[in-house]
Amino acid sequence: MDPYCLKRLNEARRTRKAAVLVTDLGDGRDRVVFEGEAVTGTLGEAIDKAFKSGKSGIHHIDGREYFLNVHVPATRIVVIGAVHISQALVPIAKIAGFDIEVIDPRTAFASEDRFGDIKLVADWPEEVLQRGDLDPYTALCAVTHDPKIDDYPIAEALKADCFYVGALGSRKTHGKRLERLRAKGLADAQLDRIHAPIGLDIGAANPQEIAVAVLAEIISSLRKRDFSKLRSKDAATA
Amino acid sequence: MTAIETNIGSLSAELDIAEAWMKEGREVAVATVVETWGSAPRPVGSHLVIDDQGNFEGSVSGGCVEGAVISEAGDVLETGEPKLLEFGVADETAWEVGLSCGGKIRVYVERVG
Repeated sequence: MDPYCLKRLNEARRTRKAAVLVTDLGDGRDRVVFEGEAVTGTLGEAIDKAFKSGKSGIHHIDGREYFLNVHVPATRIVVIGAVHISQALVPIAKIAGFDIEVIDPRTAFASEDRFGDIKLVADWPEEVLQRGDLDPYTALCAVTHDPKIDDYPIAEALKADCFYVGALGSRKTHGKRLERLRAKGLADAQLDRIHAPIGLDIGAANPQEIAVAVLAEIISSLRKRDFSKLRSKDAATA
Repeated sequence: MTAIETNIGSLSAELDIAEAWMKEGREVAVATVVETWGSAPRPVGSHLVIDDQGNFEGSVSGGCVEGAVISEAGDVLETGEPKLLEFGVADETAWEVGLSCGGKIRVYVERVG
């Protein structure tokens, strides 16, 4: 293993960037490929698939044997609002393998009694999220119904290219939300990424069913995500 | 206030150890599970890292084949030539250090640098 590859790979892991270490098992040569980096041919296709599935494995390409070791950051869900939907979303998200955290400045909502042993932060999203922790491997769900609490994290999640941004509220509520976010300087292309009303349309009729619809939508966004969009953005800022 | 903690896949903490050892000037070999069949205790991509003194961290099995991998790593460190090892119940020589779970694994062992 090239020491430079080892360093780059560890750096990617520390900074929550997805990377694949490609090793030619025939001659031992290796290279690190980051998500969104273009690799041509059959190997490139195999790398793309590996990023999406998160699965490491051997690929036989053009008579050579490659091992693709995928290092994808743990996906997590940040929920704004310690509401009834969140109480159902937390356990099912854990079962599906997500890290989940709930943020709500209203201490009556964000109480351990209601949520048990999870990361629960009774503080304003402005205070919690200023560390720049939102990233492309984070899903953000804003479910308080309160613009004072929801708007800021939604805007930050869009700027941080979170793979999923969902917001609770009727189409009318969402229309008003879009006006406020536009006034904050967000572009329509960014605003189009908000899933609202939140959750897949499965006719969910209560908080628990809405939680299922939300989690299904998050999984769909994760597995079908298209990082070519990020790639073009990177190219524009480079 | 609790900050949102970044979560790094636990599969690869060994790679941080490998880098730290390398910086200390130790010779380091990395063993990686590249393929599994049947019930294998550690998933594809798992690492065992070994230094020139025989110190090791991580695992490529439930402990059944680590000894053999560590001994092969000694050769790899000496020659610099990577090795592809196969362990499983089907192989008679591997039986002695075989996988009690009945699975079969391939392990790639390489020197860093």
